[in-house]
Amino acid sequence: MAFPKPEHEIHSRRFSRNLGVGLALLSFVALVFALTVVKVTEGDVGHANDAPGILGSTQPIAPEEPAPAPVAPAVNP
Amino acid sequence: MTDIRSFEAPKEAGFGDFVQLLKPRVMSLVVFTAMVGLLVAPVHLHPVVAFTAILFIALGAGASGALNMWWDADIDAIMRRTKGRPVPAGLVQPGEALAIGLALSGISVVMLALATNILAGALLAFTIFFYAVVYSMWLKRSTPQNIVIGGAAGAFPPMIGWVAATGSISVEAGLMFMLIFMWTPPHFWALALFMNEDYSKAGVPMLTVTHGKRVTRNHVLGYTLALIPFAIALGFTSIGGPVYLAVSVLLNAEFLRGAYRIWKRDEAMAEADKYKVEKSVFRFSLLYLFLHFGALLVEAVLHGNGMGGW
Repeated sequence: MAFPKPEHEIHSRRFSRNLGVGLALLSFVALVFALTVVKVTEGDVGHANDAPGILGSTQPIAPEEPAPAPVAPAVNP
Repeated sequence: MTDIRSFEAPKEAGFGDFVQLLKPRVMSLVVFTAMVGLLVAPVHLHPVVAFTAILFIALGAGASGALNMWWDADIDAIMRRTKGRPVPAGLVQPGEALAIGLALSGISVVMLALATNILAGALLAFTIFFYAVVYSMWLKRSTPQNIVIGGAAGAFPPMIGWVAATGSISVEAGLMFMLIFMWTPPHFWALALFMNEDYSKAGVPMLTVTHGKRVTRNHVLGYTLALIPFAIALGFTSIGGPVYLAVSVLLNAEFLRGAYRIWKRDEAMAEADKYKVEKSVFRFSLLYLFLHFGALLVEAVLHGNGMGGW
C-alpha cells in the first residue's frame, strides 16, 4: 500500500529555486548565443570601441597592399 | 515508549529570496539610469548588445547589493527597515550571499567587457568594489559622510551605459554622474531625518546621529544648492535641449523649495506633523531623478527625429 508523500513547504521552495536557477542558466546560454551571432554577423570579433593597440581591438595583422596588376599574356606573332 | 519531538522546519530559501538579495528596487533605478546613459550616447549599439550591456550592469549592481547584505547582516538585523532581508531573516546563509555576490560580480564584469568594451567592464568592476568595499566596509560605519562618498557607487551606472556605447568618458557622462552623486545626500538625509531611530540603534554614524537633525537640515539645503548647477548644466550639453532644461528648472525649483522647508523647520514642528515635509521631499527626490533622466530620453528621441537640442 502506497502512502501519500507529504508535501512540505520546503519542497515547494526547493522546487522554485531549482526552476529559477535552471531558467536563469538557459537564458544565459540563449543570450551568449544571440550575442555571438550578432558579433559574428557584424564582423566585430574584438571590441569595436577599444582604442587601437589595446588588447582585444581589431587590428589587421599586416598592412594591406594593393593587388598586383595582372600580367598581360604574351602574344605570339 | 513515546517519542514526541517538536520539529521546526529548517528555513530554506526560495528563488525569490535570492532575487531579494540583489536589491531589485535599487536594480530598477540602475537599469533605468544605465539605459538612459546608453541610449542618449551618440553611438548606437545593436539592440542585443545594448540589452546585454544593461542586463550585466544591473547584475553587477545586484552583486554589490548581495555583498553589502553579507557584510551588513549584523546591522540589518537591528534596523526595522532591513531586518526582513534574506540574510538577517535566516533564509539565506551569509556564506551563500558572499558566494553569489562574488560569482555574479565576476560574470557581470567579464560579460560586459566582452559584449561592449574593456573600459565599461573596468568601470563596472570599480563600481562594485566601491560599493562593497569602500562604502560598505570602510565608510558606512566610520564617518557621517558615508552617504556623500558612497553615493558615487549609485552614480556610475549612466556613465557605464555611456562608455559601453562610446568607449570613452565625456562631459555628458561626467555630468550624469554628478547629477546622481550630488542628489544622493539630500535624498538620503531626508530619509534619515524620519528614520533616525533605526540608524541610531544600529550604531551607523548617519549625520542625524552624530551631528543632530539641525545640522542635517542645513546639509540638505546646502547639498541641494550644490546639486542645481550640475542638473542645469547637463541641459547645455549635446544630450540636453530646451525640453530637458525646462523640466530641470521646474524640478530644481520644487526640490529647492522642499529643501528650504526642511531647513526652516525644527524638531518640534516635524514631530507635530510626523515628518510630513521630510517624507514628501524624500518621495519627490525619487521623482526628481526619474524625470531628469526621462527628459534626457525625450531629448534623445527628439534628436533622432531631427528636433530638440540646441
